[in-house]
Amino acid sequence: MKVRILVSFKDSVLDPQGQTVKNALHTMGYAAVKDVRQGKVFELDLEGATKKEAETLVPEIARRVLANPIIEKFDWEILKGRQGSSP
Amino acid sequence: MIDKKILDQHSLTEDEYRLIVDLVGKEPNLTELGIFSVMWSEHCGYKSSRVHLKKLPTEGKHVVQGPGENAGILDIGDGQVIVFKIESHNHPSYIEPYQGAATGVGGILRDIFTMGARPIAVLDSLRFGPPDDPKNRSVMEGVVSGIAGYGNSIGVPTVGGEVYFDPCYNLNPLVNVFCLGLADKDKIFYAKAEGAGNKVLYVGAKTGRDGIHGATMASSEFGAETEHKRPNVQVGDPFKEKLLLEACLEVMDRGLIVGIQDMGAAGLTCSTTEMAAKGGMGIVVDLDKVPQREAGMTPYEILLSESQERMLLVATPDNVAAVQEVFAKWDLDAPVIGEVVEGGRARISFKGEVVVDIPVDAVVNLCPAYTRPSVAPAPPPAAPALDSLPLPADCGEVLLKLLASPTIADKEWVFRQYDHMVQVNTVFLPGADAALLRIKGSKKALAVTLDGNSLYTRLDPRTGARIAVAEACRNLACVGARPIGVTNCLNFGNPEKPEVMGQFEQAVTGLAEACRTFGIPVTGGNVSFYNDTEGLSIHPTPVLGIVGILDDIRKAVSPGFKAAGDALVLVGESFEELGGSEYLKVVHGLEAGAPPAIDLEQEKRNQEFLLEAVDAGLVRSAHDLSEGGLAVALAESAFHGARKVGCEVDLDEALRADALLFGESQSRIVVTCRRANVGRLLEMAAARGVPAKAIGLTGGAEIAVRQSGRELLRVPVEKACRIWKDSMPGFFEVRA
Amino acid sequence: MKFGVVQFPGSNCDFDTFHVLRNVMKQDAVMLWHKDHDLKGVDCVVLPGGFSYGDYLRSGAIARFSPLMQEVKAFARGGGRVLGICNGFQILLELGLLPGAMLRNKNLKFLCRHVHIRVENEKTDFTRAAKKGQVLRIPIAHFDGNYYAPAGVLKDIERHRQVVFRYCDAGGTITEEANVNGSLAAIAGIRNREGNVLGLMPHPERASEALLGSEDGRTIFASLILSLEGRKPARRAAVRKKTGHD
Repeated sequence: MKVRILVSFKDSVLDPQGQTVKNALHTMGYAAVKDVRQGKVFELDLEGATKKEAETLVPEIARRVLANPIIEKFDWEILKGRQGSSP
Repeated sequence: MIDKKILDQHSLTEDEYRLIVDLVGKEPNLTELGIFSVMWSEHCGYKSSRVHLKKLPTEGKHVVQGPGENAGILDIGDGQVIVFKIESHNHPSYIEPYQGAATGVGGILRDIFTMGARPIAVLDSLRFGPPDDPKNRSVMEGVVSGIAGYGNSIGVPTVGGEVYFDPCYNLNPLVNVFCLGLADKDKIFYAKAEGAGNKVLYVGAKTGRDGIHGATMASSEFGAETEHKRPNVQVGDPFKEKLLLEACLEVMDRGLIVGIQDMGAAGLTCSTTEMAAKGGMGIVVDLDKVPQREAGMTPYEILLSESQERMLLVATPDNVAAVQEVFAKWDLDAPVIGEVVEGGRARISFKGEVVVDIPVDAVVNLCPAYTRPSVAPAPPPAAPALDSLPLPADCGEVLLKLLASPTIADKEWVFRQYDHMVQVNTVFLPGADAALLRIKGSKKALAVTLDGNSLYTRLDPRTGARIAVAEACRNLACVGARPIGVTNCLNFGNPEKPEVMGQFEQAVTGLAEACRTFGIPVTGGNVSFYNDTEGLSIHPTPVLGIVGILDDIRKAVSPGFKAAGDALVLVGESFEELGGSEYLKVVHGLEAGAPPAIDLEQEKRNQEFLLEAVDAGLVRSAHDLSEGGLAVALAESAFHGARKVGCEVDLDEALRADALLFGESQSRIVVTCRRANVGRLLEMAAARGVPAKAIGLTGGAEIAVRQSGRELLRVPVEKACRIWKDSMPGFFEVRA
Repeated sequence: MKFGVVQFPGSNCDFDTFHVLRNVMKQDAVMLWHKDHDLKGVDCVVLPGGFSYGDYLRSGAIARFSPLMQEVKAFARGGGRVLGICNGFQILLELGLLPGAMLRNKNLKFLCRHVHIRVENEKTDFTRAAKKGQVLRIPIAHFDGNYYAPAGVLKDIERHRQVVFRYCDAGGTITEEANVNGSLAAIAGIRNREGNVLGLMPHPERASEALLGSEDGRTIFASLILSLEGRKPARRAAVRKKTGHD
């Protein structure tokens, strides 16, 4: 099973990368862009894990390792139709 | 079946193909052809340059290893050697600036530690189009952060270098990376596969499809289709390289291996055939044992991949387990993929079948060398007669304009992104005439500089090349170091164009002449041809990397004025020379005229004098005169001083004011000494046939220059320094 | 005193720190390997700068899981002195031995330059050789040195006088310009509440020899040595007793 974990800064933390992208987009004329937050994406290939197991495992990995809870939050999802080994 | 189309794709001519058939003794298969194509590419085979490079002096008392190995080696005494080389990564850096520059650093570091040396410093020579164009800025930002990203992470300080700007680099930036390593003389290793029955081990990153035909890419012109070559660019992994560095140095230190070679351009192909050829042996390799990152790779792809951070080792069978243990400690695998055999052939198998069977000597040593047709470079566009050139109304304004021009402006914006202090050896921060590194546990220090003014070489390749050597040596002399060896990176256009070949020949002649005069051997380097995009060639750009030695680090001299009230002495003679100057370029928009003349013997005398004066403890600061001439050199000396002391100068030369202030006559150095020592210093100069005169005093808060009493310029140091410092960041500030 | 310098894969100031402790400060120093569980009886553990595990996930995020760090954690909990420099500081934050986290520098670029830091608390094990408000000139070299802590945590840190160094100008004034990486409250170094663990972004080992431009970093090592010697008698007796059996 493949899962995707998205780690980004908490709303209370300044995200200078996101700000820089936003400024650039405004300069380019995309006035509609109100805000940009930048984050990191992790794709994990879990071998033999059930959906239920993933529901415990993934948040644990994200909290312990992938995100720093002081500054970051995370979301995750199971990737549909991408099971098996696509290169 | 090999046809014309396949040969074209491999950048091989029909004559070359016939030669291959002859040497192999049969029609090569596609994989074998691929091997020849990369090994016989311009990048690996030096086919257009070899005949000319023979002119360069390669011998000298310090030389342990000259050209032909991964890097040159010089003996610095006390059982230690330095290992150094410069390499270009121009083409990859244009396609993908960050990764191109990063892997350029990774590659040159491997060249150094492959020989058993720990890399102790990196310097870069970078050339971009003018930074007012956002495209050039984005290339420059990518290159600088790529160098930083790799060098900072692996922990090798980037201690200096140069950054030049000219429109000729708009579509073809230059990224030349120099690395210096330090090793014990009895622990040098070579890329040799010796001893039949010895095992061949593969270490480092897995092999993927990256960079296939990178070496042939670096050997052809850029065009609109370059965009499609993007997937070829390799991605660097500095963390992996750091592990590889530590593990390799450990197995070498413990004497566990026989030979070692990095997999750079042309990857596994180059490392296996070169090691075998250098050892006078053959080699068998089983490609199924090569760690692979992607499924379904063909032998052709595995052999030609340029995945980064990989090395090939040769060890005796008894030591294989011990080698593997060291690599395991650093979390790296070290599988055996082959063996050294008698017979001089590379036999490579894949899924039980022999897919390559070729003589290694033919691949490595028999690449044809061409004396390509050349024509003498056209004379430079004549500079307008000086009489018709208006004198500037306000020389102070001209100085400020030059200080703000990207080539002269302060490069701290670049250098502060590099960790230039790691390894705690950096005595002078970037910006001094030369980088200065102490050698721990010794009084000695090493000085390094990179140099090359491509406007001079464009106007007159031979003179320009001579000046490049002279100026680099002068930079070393300014810190008190004596040059001991040279590496060069020769960046030129398409060698199939006779005028480019003419430039190349003349530049090499100039280099050879100057290196002979200074008695410094060329221990290796790199030629980068095909720096043409859409048919336009760059200025011929030879970049010199010269290493010097200082016997007593306590005597090192820095460029900044030390205190008010010191005497200023100008060493060398000033002439009415404005050709090729930054002043003509920036103020009058002219890249024209003959570059300043250079008398190599006089230059050498001036440098010898300076070194002697430094040794006698007479010199408090020294800075060479280069782009922007005397006025810029005085300003920079004021800026570099801790107290930002100004100066009052009066000159009696009967030259045009602009030539006097901004002309770039060669062999000149501005020196300060205590007032009490002026007499001794001038006597010393006179005794050695060196023109030198006292021109004023340091002090005050302004840079002021008079000509026979008449004031030419007066500029506040603080204001000028602000302009010089703010110029580069100004281009890159976030434009919200 | 015996110092242990921890080597993680990707550490690159390990030898520099070792060099300064041994050759400049003339202390006993050993390297400690991240995969071991042995602290080799050191009096102080130093986590050096570098890019442990490439800093690919987050600076210091992976190093904290190494076997040796479990020992370092116990050592610190037992009152042992721990000094984290640059990446070492980042590891201490990730490990939870110090409060807060690091963000990217405010200009989004790696920064290598000399900075000035003001000693905010001279009554710590790491600053007792310094004067009150003394300004030290020490280089930084980092990408992620922009210190951050949630408001409540920051209040706590300030209340317990845990801020040991702040970025300032040459005269000791804290200004926005001097706070080069944008750190919260210009924080350059903090200690834990118990006072035995310090993390700082500037590199004192790069400012310990006059030849390299500054000796101000020695103040920090000298303070540590003073404070360690303060409790030396008890430990020494124990060591002597042990060797007496041989």
